[in-house]
Amino acid sequence: MVLPMLLILAWVAALPLYKSIYYSFTNVSLNDLATFDFVFFQNYLDYFEGEWYGVLSDSLWWYSVYNTILFAVISVSLETILGTLLALIIHSQFKGRGIIRATILVPWAIPTIVSAKMWAWMLNDQFGIINDLLLRLNLISESIAWTSNTTTAFFTIIVVDVWKTTPFMALLILAGLQTLPKDCYLVARVDGINPVKVFFKVTLPLLKNTIMVAVIFRSLDALRIFDLIYVLTPNNETTVSMSVYVRQYLFDFDRFAYGSAASTLLFLIISMLTISYVHFGKLKLN
Amino acid sequence: MFKKTILSVFVILGFFVNVHAATVSIASGSVGKDIQLLREYLDLWEQKTGNKGEITSLPASTTDQFAQYKIWLGAKNSDIDLYLLDVIWAPQIPQHFVDLSRVARKEAKEHFPAIIKSQTVGRKLVALPFFTDAPMLYYRTDLLNKYNESPPKTWSDLKRIAKKIQDAERQAGNDKLWGFVFQGNAYEGLTCDALEWVNSYGGGQIVANNGKITINNSRAVNAISFISTFVGDISPPGVLSYQEEESRGVWQLGNAVFMRNWPYAYSLGNADDSPIKGKFDVVTLPQGSGRGSKSAATLGGWNVGVSAYSKNRQAAIDLAKFLSGKEIQKLNAIKGSKLPTIPSLYQDQEILKVAPFFATMQSVLKEAVGRPSAGTKSKYNEVSKEFWTAVHAVLSGRKTAEVSLADLERRLKRLRGRSW
Repeated sequence: MVLPMLLILAWVAALPLYKSIYYSFTNVSLNDLATFDFVFFQNYLDYFEGEWYGVLSDSLWWYSVYNTILFAVISVSLETILGTLLALIIHSQFKGRGIIRATILVPWAIPTIVSAKMWAWMLNDQFGIINDLLLRLNLISESIAWTSNTTTAFFTIIVVDVWKTTPFMALLILAGLQTLPKDCYLVARVDGINPVKVFFKVTLPLLKNTIMVAVIFRSLDALRIFDLIYVLTPNNETTVSMSVYVRQYLFDFDRFAYGSAASTLLFLIISMLTISYVHFGKLKLN
Repeated sequence: MFKKTILSVFVILGFFVNVHAATVSIASGSVGKDIQLLREYLDLWEQKTGNKGEITSLPASTTDQFAQYKIWLGAKNSDIDLYLLDVIWAPQIPQHFVDLSRVARKEAKEHFPAIIKSQTVGRKLVALPFFTDAPMLYYRTDLLNKYNESPPKTWSDLKRIAKKIQDAERQAGNDKLWGFVFQGNAYEGLTCDALEWVNSYGGGQIVANNGKITINNSRAVNAISFISTFVGDISPPGVLSYQEEESRGVWQLGNAVFMRNWPYAYSLGNADDSPIKGKFDVVTLPQGSGRGSKSAATLGGWNVGVSAYSKNRQAAIDLAKFLSGKEIQKLNAIKGSKLPTIPSLYQDQEILKVAPFFATMQSVLKEAVGRPSAGTKSKYNEVSKEFWTAVHAVLSGRKTAEVSLADLERRLKRLRGRSW
């Protein structure tokens, strides 16, 4: 039972990974994946006639790393806070709770590419409903081009991502909430402790593990952010993420090997961040 | 015995039907009503040959489209038989297409020699012309008449007129009106637009045909910094995310005085449901100022190439010839205002009746500016991306034109490395 599963896993996960690492040491082109020469680390770093070349010397690559990490930190923090609040609300008893629980999941259930396109239309500066709404409410004096304006583009991506993924966080945290022992709360109520204090002294410490796991899931996802950016602000350098950078070199430009090098680095960065996060989290838990 | 004969007749008939009715699939982008028209042409071909034609539609952004093509072709995908190719693509990936120089020797002679040459690599004819393209300046005749202006000759004229009409009309309550829309999104279209600005100021190509990087010059700086003053003034700030269809959206709702776009918008603007039907006309794009200034239009155009991995090669070649032939080119000119690649069609009265501007287009095409794909070879896409990124940075106010073009020159040198 175990062996076939391992084989399948090797085939769908290990083989592609191995191939892209392998290609990153060559000069292969997408036009012909069969013929290439080995160039070793030239795609990563190369010194030629007084100039550094390769992914590691490209300022845009480092900018995309910075962008991705900033995006992950901000969006995951917001989603965790909002998700916890949402989970607490739908955890309490009220009429129509089942329906509310189901509807909250809708943003997360829509394929990202669809919801991103939907947001792109809503955010459009000429026919978008969001500008229309804000104009009617006199909150802005003229239409804002949310996705093309360099100051609002990054912020817009974060808002849409938070809209989309908060339900997922809420769901995970709700599952955690439902496993908490009821007696702690009974004791707290008998002692007449105020609910805010109960939350910080009882709920949060007990929920810590659940939140940790949820944050790992989300961070891994956020560090690979691609579809939202690809639909909302394609090719805009101010919002370039690691995945967007990689795709551009793999498919838009004739530099498959260089793109493979970048995707190998992406893999390394994400695994390093995850390992250190898990490690750091464990220390704290103990 | 009798049964057997009947059976074998059916088998033979079936065999014939199979041989003759091939299904050919064609990949095409989806700007304007391209897909709808292509479907009509395929129907004609189906009636004529008994084959079937299928369309695989791709995004409107040509940058995305080309990336998808390369993935399919790189994987030797046999699901797509024909590809509609932008004029600059065929020379970049000739190995994936069937050589048409022999099978279409007669047909190739009917087209403009320059276009056939642009689709020829070495001796291989990679694709047959479907239509050619050169952008124009669309203007609102009603608004220009109202304010007693004639179509602008230079970019500064355009700015002045646009500003005047926009301000006056907004005062009169038409507060959604903008002066000028173009393609300012960071993609291949911006490369086309900005190449025109630079050329109209005499700033040359980005990279010359001999591979020399020439973009960092004072005329190019003047051109790009002047146009960048449009954004937020006579052009909506959102123009920085507009492709062809977004700018047409603003224009066709009647919310722009001027628009830079390809000829396809002409027939759409004159459609029965268009608010601006009969209220606009087109002229050649404005000139820059200073020495060497001229009107410049980037050469576009689409061609149809037969995939080397097609399993229906004969039928596919037949469809390619049919689409590039006179009958379809004429239909495409009348219904889609697409510029033919067959010279005699420019004198065709039926076409000129629907689109009078075709009479002047032949001279525009002669002067049209090619994108620097010859000098940069397979690195063209990356050069183009560096260029549109540099221009986008200026339009959005992140950098001055001087700084941005100097950065661009550095990045292009880096990109060139040992050679293009």
